[in-house]
Amino acid sequence: MVGLNHRTAQIEIREKIAFPEEDLDRYMKALYNLPNLTEGLILSTCNRVEIYAATRDPEKGVEEIKGFLAQQHCLPLPEFEDTLYILQGEELVKHIFRVASSLDSMVVGEPQILGQIKGAYRVAHATRTIGTLLNKLLHKAFSVAKRVRTETSIGNRAVSVSFVAVELAKKIFAHLEDREVLIIGAGEMCELAAHHLVRAGVKRVLVTNRTWERAMELAERFHGEAIPFSELSNALLRADIVISSTGSPDFVVTRKEVFKIIRKRKHSPLFIIDIAVPRDIDPQVHTIDNVYLYDIDDLQDVAEANIKDRQHEARRAEEIVATEVEKFCNWYQSLEVIPTIVSLQEKVEEMREKELDKTLSALPELSDKERRAMEVLSEAIVKKILHGPITLLKRTSRNSEGESYVDAVKKLFKLDEE
Amino acid sequence: MNVHLFQVTLILYLCGTIAYLTYLIFTHERAAWVGRYLLGLGFVSHCLTFILRYIEAGHTPVVNLHESLSFFAWMVVGFFLLLRYQHKVEVLGAFVSPLALLLIIWAATLPKAIPALPPALKSWWLPIHVTFAFLGDAIFALAFCAGVIYLIQESLVKSKRVGGLSGRLPSLEVLDEINYRALTIGFPLLTIGIVTGAVWAEYAWGSYWSWDPKETWSLITWLLYAALLHQRLRVGWRGKKAAIMAIVGFGAVLFTFLGVNLLLEGLHTYTQWSG
Repeated sequence: MVGLNHRTAQIEIREKIAFPEEDLDRYMKALYNLPNLTEGLILSTCNRVEIYAATRDPEKGVEEIKGFLAQQHCLPLPEFEDTLYILQGEELVKHIFRVASSLDSMVVGEPQILGQIKGAYRVAHATRTIGTLLNKLLHKAFSVAKRVRTETSIGNRAVSVSFVAVELAKKIFAHLEDREVLIIGAGEMCELAAHHLVRAGVKRVLVTNRTWERAMELAERFHGEAIPFSELSNALLRADIVISSTGSPDFVVTRKEVFKIIRKRKHSPLFIIDIAVPRDIDPQVHTIDNVYLYDIDDLQDVAEANIKDRQHEARRAEEIVATEVEKFCNWYQSLEVIPTIVSLQEKVEEMREKELDKTLSALPELSDKERRAMEVLSEAIVKKILHGPITLLKRTSRNSEGESYVDAVKKLFKLDEE
Repeated sequence: MNVHLFQVTLILYLCGTIAYLTYLIFTHERAAWVGRYLLGLGFVSHCLTFILRYIEAGHTPVVNLHESLSFFAWMVVGFFLLLRYQHKVEVLGAFVSPLALLLIIWAATLPKAIPALPPALKSWWLPIHVTFAFLGDAIFALAFCAGVIYLIQESLVKSKRVGGLSGRLPSLEVLDEINYRALTIGFPLLTIGIVTGAVWAEYAWGSYWSWDPKETWSLITWLLYAALLHQRLRVGWRGKKAAIMAIVGFGAVLFTFLGVNLLLEGLHTYTQWSG
């Protein structure tokens, strides 16, 4: 794998190296056509560009990919070469598992990256630029990401203040669909929070503002309803979630008012978010039953706690990744061990037959019974000799020693010279 | 045979409870799944226990305390599994299964031999009266668990500690809805339980109502839930108040069921309760 990401490269370089999504299939084909690559896949997002490839000759493969990046983007290699990282073997497996599980993301736990990898995989699959190895690797990465998602709570905490509002609303209300949101005042944060709520299912948005035109304007954007500021109490009767952010120096909503309203509402719960500084809503409102008031500091605290929680969960996720990496590497090594064992057996069997023929043809006076005895003898010797090495290979195929034993056996028995 | 099955049930409930608590404490999604299946298996084996005992005894086995506790636990688990189909309230299991486990462990410590049926209980009213009474009680047990969770979740949201545990608990609205539905289903069942009891009393004792402690306490329980239902429908009591009422109401249920028999003497005392 050759790649760069938000930690190694500035945005200026990332935007030059990025591959446009619509032409991804063409780029992947070009990548695949490089002489030393047997499989290839391009992952290109706003935070990272990574090229995954299988090759018989890693050194040449990496040079080709570097050249490919320079050539495709008409950028001289030295300009970005030191932002690239190159990973192989176990390191690579770990990297893709971490990326897919969103442990390598700018905001750990954000789920978009998995979708982006899946997208890249679909393109690669459709253009047939990946084979068994990358296929297996990516599928494993998807299942690791799924395991991380189900076994840790890394992704289900809101870490932005405006999204915390949604998370809180869901603790109070079962379904947001039949709820109404009331926006008092205006402001970017206010709008963002309302936007998240609408995305989470809220159907109706009410807007009120001291300036009627601004209320109209904002209401229009949400396909909602503008309400005159004098009608605020009535709006509070209807709304279930209130987001307030006015420039008023005094409280816009007092405890007494809410107390009256909540009785009229038959104690139907009211969730109030006060984003304004100075505050719009009397903090004493929070002491009323079935009323929940969160101000901007509270939201901030929740978001921060969630970030801490994510970091804790990330550690658990890393453990999952580590065990999965080990499993995958074992599988990969066993791929190499089995052919080695087979060729070892073939080679020795060939020797045995040759030597046996020689001996037997030199001793024509032997009876059939004696000939068979010699054959059995030679077979038994071969079996005894091979037993040790083969069991050792099979056993070590599961740990990191495996590779060196495979190498040793190949050299000792000259298995590669054919 | 039914005693062996009873022990199997106990072990399954125990394992189910452990799995559910694991889910609650360590957020292992898989543990809730395991817990549900163990509890489901426990329920099946509990059903078989009940049927076998019915066949062996020749009457509905709800006569002594061992049988009653076991029957109660059986209904509580049954209703929970039913509720689980409608609401995804996995975490309720972590509260219901320990309750069922406690009931059944208590039952396990009592003599399990099938008692001779006192002549006064030889009637078809026995299964009808007892079943309705316990159906109501079991549903109130669920309302109790939902009430406890509501209070926990409510205090977490109020005190603005919404990380960790709070994330595993259902929303306040769902818990309140369980409270309401339990009330609307449990209350009629309890009423039927009391009415059938009165009718049977007329046959057996010659009077509809004789103010024996069990009757008195049933009435108190009934009035408590009637008050809660009324307040809910008329004044819109909900949330915290309703949750507290459900907890208090279940306290009355337990006293009617157990306290009266263990502490007070009355017409309902048929068999040797304490073993």
